[in-house]
Amino acid sequence: MTWEVVIGLEIHAQLTTKTKIFSGSPIAYGAEPNTQANLLDLGMPGQLPVLNKAVIPKAIKFGLAIGAEIGRRSIFDRKNYFYPDLPKGYQTSQFSFPIVDKGGVVEIEVDGDTKKIGVTRAHLEEDAGKSLHDAFPGQTGIDLNRAGTPLLEIVSEPDMRSAKEAVAYAKKVHELVQYLGICDGNMQEGSFRVDSNVSIHKPGTPFGTRAELKNINSFKFIEQAIEIEIDRQIEILESGGKVVQETRLYDADKNETRSMREKEEANDYRYFPCPDLLPVVVTQADIDAIQAEMPELPDAKRARFVAEFELSDYDATLLASSRAMADYFEAVVALTKQPKISANWVMGELSKSLNQHDLTISESPVTAAQLAGLINRIQDNTISGKMAKQVFDAMWSGEGDADTVIAEKGLKQITDVGAIEAMIDQVLADNAKQVEAYRNGQEKMFGFFVGQVMKASKGQANPAQVNQLLKQKLQ
Amino acid sequence: MHTLSVKEMSEKLQKREITSVDLTQHYLNRISQYDPALNAYVTVTPELALEMAKQADALLDAGKGHALTGIPIAHKDIFCSLGVKTTCGSKMLDNFISPYDAKVVEATRELAMPILGKTNMDEFAMGSSSESSYYGATLNPWDHQAVPGGSSGGAAAVIAAGLAPLATGSDTGGSIRQPASFCGITGIKPTYGTVSRYGMIAYASSFDQGGAMTRSAEEAAWLLQVMAGFDERDSTCLEQEVPDYSQQLGQSVKGLRIGVPAEYFESGLDASVEKVVRDALAAYEALGAELIPVSLPNKDLAVPAYYVLAPAEASSNLSRFDGVRYGYRCENPHDLEDLYHRSRSEGFGAEVKRRIMVGAYVLSAGYYDAYYLKAQKLRRMVRDDFTKAFESCDVIMGPVAPTPAFNIGEKSDDPVSMYLADLYTIPVNLAGLPAMSVPAGFAEGRPVGLHLIGPYHSEAALLNIAHQYQQVTDWHCQMPATYE
Repeated sequence: MTWEVVIGLEIHAQLTTKTKIFSGSPIAYGAEPNTQANLLDLGMPGQLPVLNKAVIPKAIKFGLAIGAEIGRRSIFDRKNYFYPDLPKGYQTSQFSFPIVDKGGVVEIEVDGDTKKIGVTRAHLEEDAGKSLHDAFPGQTGIDLNRAGTPLLEIVSEPDMRSAKEAVAYAKKVHELVQYLGICDGNMQEGSFRVDSNVSIHKPGTPFGTRAELKNINSFKFIEQAIEIEIDRQIEILESGGKVVQETRLYDADKNETRSMREKEEANDYRYFPCPDLLPVVVTQADIDAIQAEMPELPDAKRARFVAEFELSDYDATLLASSRAMADYFEAVVALTKQPKISANWVMGELSKSLNQHDLTISESPVTAAQLAGLINRIQDNTISGKMAKQVFDAMWSGEGDADTVIAEKGLKQITDVGAIEAMIDQVLADNAKQVEAYRNGQEKMFGFFVGQVMKASKGQANPAQVNQLLKQKLQ
Repeated sequence: MHTLSVKEMSEKLQKREITSVDLTQHYLNRISQYDPALNAYVTVTPELALEMAKQADALLDAGKGHALTGIPIAHKDIFCSLGVKTTCGSKMLDNFISPYDAKVVEATRELAMPILGKTNMDEFAMGSSSESSYYGATLNPWDHQAVPGGSSGGAAAVIAAGLAPLATGSDTGGSIRQPASFCGITGIKPTYGTVSRYGMIAYASSFDQGGAMTRSAEEAAWLLQVMAGFDERDSTCLEQEVPDYSQQLGQSVKGLRIGVPAEYFESGLDASVEKVVRDALAAYEALGAELIPVSLPNKDLAVPAYYVLAPAEASSNLSRFDGVRYGYRCENPHDLEDLYHRSRSEGFGAEVKRRIMVGAYVLSAGYYDAYYLKAQKLRRMVRDDFTKAFESCDVIMGPVAPTPAFNIGEKSDDPVSMYLADLYTIPVNLAGLPAMSVPAGFAEGRPVGLHLIGPYHSEAALLNIAHQYQQVTDWHCQMPATYE
């Protein structure tokens, strides 16, 4: 019998607020150490937490998006432990009564199969600070800028059975929190952190002892780390050993995991309700108001793109992969009424250029209106597809919208039948030998004539018309 | 000058018959004279006091003073005070200069009330005698053999000895009322949430409440007026208007229904204390009030429940004192574990460590339900007792403590007997109700207070009830002879 892999994820999504969850300190990334820590963040005696109410609707949005029960009376608890970057000696979190309760489900797709992953709960908590072990020789520095940053900890059921499933789930949650506008999803800066609990067992037997893989900042590395952790555990068990419950770090350079600390069985956080904070009461009216403001979620958007715009599943998935991309695409369609050609431009030329310049779609130098203007000029035959690429490049370089570029570069397509016929006549007259060869059966010469006519028109003749008229003339 | 009432001081200041500098200097002189023996102040701040007195005089000269402008005050050393050492009675904070003001200190500073200093207290407010202070025991001004009570023992002593006209205190299980009773002064602990806890170093957050310690109920009304009020920096602070306490001091107590709980007069109560309390009740009857027997059947559950819940909260509240960022740090720690272990072992006193250990125990996995949750249930039962009692009375009266002030050293080795000294005050903190101690006489030459307990938000009524008693008695005006 083969091993079955069991994976559950704990995801910490940093909520997009201006200030910390219990203090007025800002939470901008990358500030000088301890410049974003006030008296409360330093754990001064007598300081009291005051809840930043902005976190509540953000957490509820997530709960509604995954179909979970919303905690109507959630309670902040203290998780007590000592660590130098934990200034109060406890982390304020939610233990018994989380804001997002049971019932949440995230649907993933792996290799064409869909699967529902349960979400046990999601709760609000404050982040800890950072210990800087390398900053001062022989000493540890403490930076409390991050202490008190609001987090939504999203805890899955142990429903995943492979590294691929785990990554698919993590990506789905990553997409969702960004769609909801509650987290910027920046994994490099630690705004979206994935901890994986990995164990193996034989089907039909109890779950095995799990190891927790922490602080892995890319999906690729999460997949690799889980894969090698599975191999490590199989090796241990098959050679008669025991897996130890512990936290392991992934070293991407060596592609190995190594033990960080053993999690004692008796690790006792002595949770109890924080007496400094009131229970968070959420009414049905609050929930209704948040529900009314919910954006369309990725799955619904994909389905609508397929139904409404007759896009392929592939195109719809690509376009709906981020809210910014989807919004851009829909803005273009609104102005062109041409979903397919709009999709092609957004996924083609635009995405290619964005990738080349390492820009996100919200940073695109070509606006949705500009791209729509370009597409409209193709549609009304003002320019050819080939010219369109030239116009696009000019727009990218900031030379104005499509009409301006077309006018300034004299790129207008020649569609006047008389003018094209005159050019064809001249080309045929200048190349009598080739005309004769063609008429004698060398049909591949046709391309030569098209090229000559296009050259004569400086590329501005409508290629379709040139083809059609040439055929008539050469008969 | 120290024999004047605060009202008289205020009038003289407003009329510019005296200056705040003179008044403040007078108290500073008395402190220099008496406090070395009494040990009621941890820190005296003469320069700050005189500087603030000058500001007060300037305001008063310009006719811009508040009634309390220029009246000196002593703050319990549990209140963080900007630029002033704030120790909470602990070695742990012996080097801690607060970078900010507690709400209570801020409020008195805004009125230019000169800060005379910080008063002594049981370490982290854990105690009923002020003996557990790192700075040594405070003496009872009425009898230097006796404790002043605690934890606000320093505050009670400075009022009794005339070393400050007004003092702030805090009450978690009786820490204002019991020392007020032992020192023969007036003390009020308002409804939980009336006074902001911002900047008041936390012992047991769901019980801690600041309050006023003065000679008379009228003075308590004045001081509480300044301390009370909504503060958005404390999430548990009540968001409601504060009534004008002194305006309601003229109401007759005729027809007042005084609940007398049988359980507060059971065995354990000293006969001498009972006599003082019964006499006070008779005085109220003479004023037209009516005595109604009530019952608080779960009174005896209060002390055990409190000694589960308060240590639980304390064990977490005191975790921040870890030797890392401020406060006491042990010499040459050889690793992180050692830093924590020795800093906390050396920085905290025995009673604090005892409560941290009890608290950690009752919160630990496997014991949480049996202790913490069970105690929360008892807390609700005790609260419900009061709710029921107040259906048939307007105020509950009884003893504050079972005995007059006990001797220094008498209970310091017996924590349980020390804990039981608070059996009448603790139920009030479990319920979060307002209560007072009002001087009502003497037993064996030591003062005895009358305990007034009111329904939620009845501070104005309580202060008036106390004031009416003080109109026909003069216990609150008496001073120990040594300090006259």
